[in-house]
Amino acid sequence: MTHLPDGRFVDDAPYDPQQSILELERRDLDAPNWLLVWRKFRTHKLGLVSGVFLLLSYLLLPFMGFIAPYSPNYRNADHLYAPPQSVRWVHEGEFIGPFIYPITAEADLETFQWKFVPDESDPRPIPFLCKGDSYKLFGLIESDTHLFCAPEGATLFLWGSDRLGRDVFSRILYGAQLSLTVGLIGISVSFFLGILFGSIAGYLGGKTDWLINRVIEILRSLPELPLWLALSAAVPSNWSPVAVFFIISVILGILDWPGLARSVRAKFLSLREEEYVRAAEMMGASSGRVIRRHLLPNFMSHLIASATLSIPAMILGETALSFLGLGLRAPAVSWGVMLNDAQNLASIELYPWTAIPMLPIVVVVLAFNFLGDGLRDSLDPYS
Amino acid sequence: MAILRYSFYRFGTMLLTLLVVSVLVFVIINLPPGDYLSNQINELKASGQSAGVAKAEFLRKEYALDRALWEQYMIWMGFMPGPHGFSGMIQGNFGWSFEFDRPVAEIVGDSLWLTVLVNMAAVVFVYATALPLGVIAAAKARTWADYTSAFVGYLGLATPNFLLALILYYYGRKYLDIPIGGLMDPAFEGQPMSWAKIQSVLVHLIVPTIVIGTAGASAMMQRLRANMLDELGKPYVETAIAKGMSPSRMLAKYPLRVAFNPFVADIGNLLPSMVSGSVLVSVVMGLQTIGPTLLTALKTQDMFLSGFVLMFVALLTLIGTMISDILLVMLDPRIRYEGRDA
Repeated sequence: MTHLPDGRFVDDAPYDPQQSILELERRDLDAPNWLLVWRKFRTHKLGLVSGVFLLLSYLLLPFMGFIAPYSPNYRNADHLYAPPQSVRWVHEGEFIGPFIYPITAEADLETFQWKFVPDESDPRPIPFLCKGDSYKLFGLIESDTHLFCAPEGATLFLWGSDRLGRDVFSRILYGAQLSLTVGLIGISVSFFLGILFGSIAGYLGGKTDWLINRVIEILRSLPELPLWLALSAAVPSNWSPVAVFFIISVILGILDWPGLARSVRAKFLSLREEEYVRAAEMMGASSGRVIRRHLLPNFMSHLIASATLSIPAMILGETALSFLGLGLRAPAVSWGVMLNDAQNLASIELYPWTAIPMLPIVVVVLAFNFLGDGLRDSLDPYS
Repeated sequence: MAILRYSFYRFGTMLLTLLVVSVLVFVIINLPPGDYLSNQINELKASGQSAGVAKAEFLRKEYALDRALWEQYMIWMGFMPGPHGFSGMIQGNFGWSFEFDRPVAEIVGDSLWLTVLVNMAAVVFVYATALPLGVIAAAKARTWADYTSAFVGYLGLATPNFLLALILYYYGRKYLDIPIGGLMDPAFEGQPMSWAKIQSVLVHLIVPTIVIGTAGASAMMQRLRANMLDELGKPYVETAIAKGMSPSRMLAKYPLRVAFNPFVADIGNLLPSMVSGSVLVSVVMGLQTIGPTLLTALKTQDMFLSGFVLMFVALLTLIGTMISDILLVMLDPRIRYEGRDA
């Protein structure tokens, strides 16, 4: 590339008039679909950033025990409702790396509240890669090494502590494990049901189509939350938290499939008249094979985009259910369960940090929305 | 007269849907093992109070809870004579609440109207904010006005509405002196309608309306913007501008009218999520709607009460959807439902 004095850029390679000018374009036209989609998606900055952020969050889920300084249900009885402690770097004009001032609780006899006063003469550096509560990496490997933990004899509440003196920051990290996977399990259920019923209705048509369509219409016209409430109220209270978690995510999925089934059906109706479908049928392919091999791959990407857009609803649904006490229950930690503490105005006024779990919720939901928008815009690379 | 015929047809399908919904609701409220009375009987037996057991057994007979499930359903709906003849939902007998020991109709009473009121206010709010914002965002596409409204819209979609409720209450109280909780001043509860009561209800309605409507308004706004942008690219817009029409008049006269139909039709998609949002918000904000009643009924397995509330909520959304469908036919002469050659 040469920069000419008049400001133009000129390629140094010799010009070959014989070379077909179509060749380069040909390569573009023959590029696999995913490459074209990726090229277009790359220009959608917001979607790209959201996608990377979500990917990172999900990849980090198994390592939450390592990152969190405390275990989710560890109680520090001397520090109930402790405010967030800020990490400092400079003590009396001297740089000594990340440290905190230890806080001690003092009773305020005028307001009858605990007041937490930092001891500003006693900087405690935060230890890294240190031993702490034991946890299970990937849910399998037992370990007690943490990325960072509280200094000896002091506490480290980055985002404060809650009603029982548990660390909000650690609980948010652990809560992510449940809150983020609820959406994935729910969407798998809804995906499966949506494709199944949508493709049956669209491909077979006739009476089956009519029946499935009516079911879709009815389910879509019903308010979701009361039904979620009613279904979760039916979950026996003596089940283990894990079982409750699974059944809640399945419930969220069961009521979500109609939207997906509708778009699958619409696609099928238009695609089943195509020649290649006729050809496959004449060669003796069964309906199942035609659906799976010839029709579904055609709009799988489209389905993934709409699935991405409906994950937020499930995350918010779990939050709402847990918030009302009908979703996940106490020993389990999810963002909704944590927000249960922030249910009244008094706690928001006095202990605003108990409402911090709403930040990750908003961020994750926004990220899914942006990612879904980006995917949807870039899925049709030929337009 | 086509519209009248269509309205009748639409009403018929709504009734059919309601019938299916009633089966669904009945199954759901019977999902938890046992029923309120058998649980109570077990509890009483465990503590050795035989007098209570006899009463509960009597009630079980009285409300046909000892019969087969399908018979219970028919009696509940009023399709089959129960212990007291035909006396079910369609005869206007909504059943008995065991938890409160009063008829269901008496418990829900006022809260039905308040539920309708809250949801209607929210729908009005959605239209009142989404319409101007969507049009402005489309007309000023890719300017700060567009980006700001998109940002606010996304935020509205992403914030769980119960949190929005708490935040708005907190700041509303702090800076604007908006009352917290409830739908009217406690002094007016159970009082007959008066000007002061209406005023009190209106002031209390501000925050719930915003909270319930926000998510819907942002979704609606984005869709209106997309529709408007599609229309703005069409040749007739260029023609209008070329002929020297003022931009605002051009917007209102042509593209808006075309983009308006999906806007009306959307309420059908929107209403279910708004009604379900209002149930949740009512619990958090302590509104006297049927939301809190539903929650207690579900938690205590008070099946007739929860069944009625679920049915009512479903009916509300179905009626809303029906109205939007009929409105759409009236607004858009291109839509005809009576078949191709009629």
